[in-house]
Amino acid sequence: MKRIHPAGLLSLLAVVALPLTACGTESTDVSSGSDGDARIMSVTAGDDSCEVSKAEAPAGTLRFNVHNAGDKVNEFYLVGEDGLQIVAEVENIGPGANSQLVVNAPAGSYFTACKPGMVGTSIRADFEVTASDEKVEISADEKEQIALAQKNYAAYVQDQSAQLLEKTTEFVQLYKDGKDDEARALYPVARTHWERIETVAESFGTLDPKMDAREADLQPGEKWTGWHRIEKDLWPQKAEDYTALTTAERATYADDLLANTTTLDGKIAALSYPVDAIARGSSGLLEEVATGKVTGEEEIWSETDLWDFQANVDGAKVAFAGVKPLVEAKDPALASTLQQRFDALQELLDAQRDGEGFRKYGELDKETVKELADAVNALSEPLSRLAGVVVP
Amino acid sequence: MAALGVVGAATALGTHDAEDGVGSLRYPFQGAHQAGIVTPAQDRLHFVAFDVTTDSRDDLIALLMRWTSAAARMTQGKDATPAGALGGSPMLPPEDTGEALELEASGLTITFGFGPGLFRDAEGRDRFGLADRQPAALQPLPHFSGDMLKPELTGGDLCIQACANDPQVAVHAIRNLVRIGMGTVAVRWSQLGFGRTSTTSTAQSTPRNLFGFKDGTANLKAEETAAAEQHLWVGTGDDPRAAWLAGGSYLVTRRMSMVIETWDRQSLYDQEQIIGRAKGSGAPLSGGEEFTDLDFRAGGATPAIPVDAHVRVVHPDFHDGARMLRRGYNFVDGSTDLGHLNAGLFFIAYVRDPRTGFIPVQQAMSRNDAMMEYVKVNGSALFAVPPGVAPGEYVGQPLFAPGDSP
Repeated sequence: MKRIHPAGLLSLLAVVALPLTACGTESTDVSSGSDGDARIMSVTAGDDSCEVSKAEAPAGTLRFNVHNAGDKVNEFYLVGEDGLQIVAEVENIGPGANSQLVVNAPAGSYFTACKPGMVGTSIRADFEVTASDEKVEISADEKEQIALAQKNYAAYVQDQSAQLLEKTTEFVQLYKDGKDDEARALYPVARTHWERIETVAESFGTLDPKMDAREADLQPGEKWTGWHRIEKDLWPQKAEDYTALTTAERATYADDLLANTTTLDGKIAALSYPVDAIARGSSGLLEEVATGKVTGEEEIWSETDLWDFQANVDGAKVAFAGVKPLVEAKDPALASTLQQRFDALQELLDAQRDGEGFRKYGELDKETVKELADAVNALSEPLSRLAGVVVP
Repeated sequence: MAALGVVGAATALGTHDAEDGVGSLRYPFQGAHQAGIVTPAQDRLHFVAFDVTTDSRDDLIALLMRWTSAAARMTQGKDATPAGALGGSPMLPPEDTGEALELEASGLTITFGFGPGLFRDAEGRDRFGLADRQPAALQPLPHFSGDMLKPELTGGDLCIQACANDPQVAVHAIRNLVRIGMGTVAVRWSQLGFGRTSTTSTAQSTPRNLFGFKDGTANLKAEETAAAEQHLWVGTGDDPRAAWLAGGSYLVTRRMSMVIETWDRQSLYDQEQIIGRAKGSGAPLSGGEEFTDLDFRAGGATPAIPVDAHVRVVHPDFHDGARMLRRGYNFVDGSTDLGHLNAGLFFIAYVRDPRTGFIPVQQAMSRNDAMMEYVKVNGSALFAVPPGVAPGEYVGQPLFAPGDSP
């Protein structure tokens, strides 16, 4: 279902120059920079000490290379001015081990803190981040990661689109032939490929409403076509005074859906994706879940909402996995939080599996829906930061 | 929010900016007790109860730290975080939601409480290693006759009470604290309230509830320091398992839906007999003025204050002198499916020990109070409210401090 302004993705494609070509050759490789780099600090954490090589750094991407010289497992934090807000942390640094805290810190006063033994009070020191206009250049590593993420994501979308076309072809034939049981069985399977790339499909503002509009989305006088029109005809039980479509009408709607799917597939072949658009696609798919699927509003007639839910999550996971190496370099805490919360959400979805698919939305009790909604919130909030973090 | 800095006249508890106005009223977040209890009751409430969804003690503590930081800032009229609504990267969602930009603190207080589930969840699991510090009095409230509780409006592992004189300031506070908590906690229920139904300071006049009566005339007031020590604050030796709670209190919430339409059809005489006070002046039916002591013997065999009148049933004289600090609000959540006003009193009371200070009073009320015919209780919860926060500490820190188990 169309919920995102169609210009969203396309304008990004137009405006954001590809990072591969946008960067000069003078970039500083910050990930392997020397100790002379003002944004790189070394931290020696002991059982009673926490030595930081510098007490200030210019704003930007700061790297603390932490060495645990003590016998206790340690943690290292950057804490906000009020002494409470943890800006970034690395945990579980074993004796003798090294770890890196990477944080994009704006100018301000902070504390550095070690917590030997991981309990009790921490050993703190003042740390000042000074204002800076310098733009951090993109490292060669990062450029490579970006290029790989772009290539993989484009391939994924193309593959899903191809499968969508194949399954839709099969589906519309079954529907036209009056093989309704088989059509009903294939409906959520085919739509899985749509929902996995929904944010991309929606960026084509004229195609999306023709293919995925729900009855409630129409204005008076608008013609209703696409997946959900056929859905109602296949599951008319809940409809009032419903007149089944004739064979000729079926053919019209079926051919129209197939034609639009073919057009979509052709357009998708030509698309490429800036890395922040991939990230935005990931959070966009979760927004689709939050607004339509977890509420049971997407598949009113078939109640196959959880199939769509899973497919949105699949697509979001793939997009996240593509940019994950970038996130791990820039904000490792965010990367691990997102991974945990994707896993937690998947566990809840897995509990609702039924055979090859999922339980119908109407069979879910209130508690289950609330749990799913909570897990979607838990994931979506940090996911909304993803695009801003991966942007070069 | 508005710039701070110039501090003018300080009232007993709060501070006004020099350019005085209701909006600029600020209460300190830190102190011996949490703000929002004896603080003069503000006009608006947003109250939220959470389920804790994590099993990680570290995540729970990290959340309490972030909440403390955000609450300390917002009560002083600032954004929830230093980057705030506009100061972060334009490529990231703003850290503060922004609807309180330009609004002042408006007397905002933010008060945190811990429910029984924090210590032992519904399955009896001790998720956070806190079970041996669970206060003996912090157990789910017993069933009171007539209660029609909805699980989705009842209980909670954590709660936050935000009170302010501007509803948008209270809602902004809860909205941002909820957002900060996502992934660690999930909202179980929340309640908006308006028109405080109690006075917590002798400087305030007694307001009216939606029955149209002055409510909470006999409430415990901030100025009654000795009474507060006796009835409100948990003492140092009260509970050896829960030394961390000393200086705190217990918070009871009851969502009391009023059967408004039926109430409105009662005669003035009957309404006054049910409550036990004159509707206009608030004076007891035994005579005098609003603050005149109640005389339960007046009238002899047919007492002036009927035996089932609300003020008699709940009066401290019949409950070993038990008093509570009431801090409730009226609520109207639109209308019901039947077209009735979905309204009532969101009852909030703070007590030193609910086993003596609240439960017996509620039991008497449920059984004997004529008013209960016009009330349906559909939400209920009990929380332990930790003591105030010292600078650099997070709320509830003593609960998590390492140390000997009792």
